[in-house]
Amino acid sequence: MTQLKDKAPLGKVIVITSGKGGVGKTTSAAAIAAALAKRGHKTVVIDFDVGLRNLDMIMGCERRVVFDFINVIQGEARLKQALIRDKRLDTLWILPTSQTRDKDALTQEGVEKVLNELKEQFDYIICDSPAGIERGAQLAMYFADEAVVVTNPEVSSVRDSDRVLGLLASKTKRAESEGTEVKAQVLLTRHDQRRIDAGEMMTIEDVLEILAVPLLGVIPESPAILRASNVGMPVVLDEPSAAGRSYETAVARLLGEDVDMHMEGEKRPGFFSRLFGASA
Amino acid sequence: MSLFGFSLRPRRPKSAQTAKDRLQILLAHERRDGSDGPDYLPMLQADILAVIRKYTKIKEDDVDIRMERNDDISSLEINIEIPSEGPEKSIASALPGRRMKSRG
Repeated sequence: MTQLKDKAPLGKVIVITSGKGGVGKTTSAAAIAAALAKRGHKTVVIDFDVGLRNLDMIMGCERRVVFDFINVIQGEARLKQALIRDKRLDTLWILPTSQTRDKDALTQEGVEKVLNELKEQFDYIICDSPAGIERGAQLAMYFADEAVVVTNPEVSSVRDSDRVLGLLASKTKRAESEGTEVKAQVLLTRHDQRRIDAGEMMTIEDVLEILAVPLLGVIPESPAILRASNVGMPVVLDEPSAAGRSYETAVARLLGEDVDMHMEGEKRPGFFSRLFGASA
Repeated sequence: MSLFGFSLRPRRPKSAQTAKDRLQILLAHERRDGSDGPDYLPMLQADILAVIRKYTKIKEDDVDIRMERNDDISSLEINIEIPSEGPEKSIASALPGRRMKSRG
């Protein structure tokens, strides 16, 4: 299962962000981290939403939180003590945030120090950004190598994604001091082919035309998402579902594999022949 | 509930119940602890370190605190690794699995 044991960890930082709240950042961060870990990559997922932590619930480890990201930043606990090992995958770890402090507890130096320490141990560091574009969201993206912009095919979400894409291109370490770019890709969630067919929802092409960034994947609207969050299980580890498979496909593409996205609806399995070729 | 008018499997009510149970346990703790919640843990850890260090040398990393919250009781598990003096023979755990009840 773990094929990378003898290699030095990759230490790649990926931010899951969106601007708008409620579009599926935490669900996506949990699913992407679990899918990476399932493939044998040592992965940690960090909650940046200080004061409103929820990644612990989505990952199902809420009863095991002792120390958190903020304790580590403030020197009250070691990183090792705050990391929670997933009970299902031995390559997956969670770094919860504080429920009681506020966003000012996050400092750029502190975040950088923790990320550098994590890079020495992990292949992938998934940063689950809070909604908005304030401090927590800025710091979640600042040190990123890549970004996944979670977007719903809906006007306010697309607008906020566009704003976030602008920030990724200017307010990150790569942009500011390294003159390189954060590779940003869109993950379209809550996709509903029936509503698209009825002309009630923007198509994938519509959204991509507006945002002009590559598409990482398309996650169908699915009851499996609520079920997975109810039981505290990343959707790729829960019982098989179109949403789970779509996340697996998105992660294969994140890893650079040349995989086609097939549009799979949870309710109408007739769609999967609808291939979407445009990857660029 | 279903957006599509599709009936959901009988499993669904089970996961909904799981969700409610998880929230009730978690929120009971969070409400009781208020805003100064389990933040005593760093201090507790520092105190434990200080006490142990009166007698022997240990590193900060050698104290490991785990918590498991349940409906009626939470348990705090504190493991302290005390290294032996010899260079090669480190004892795995001097006080293995010491369980301390907290916050009944």
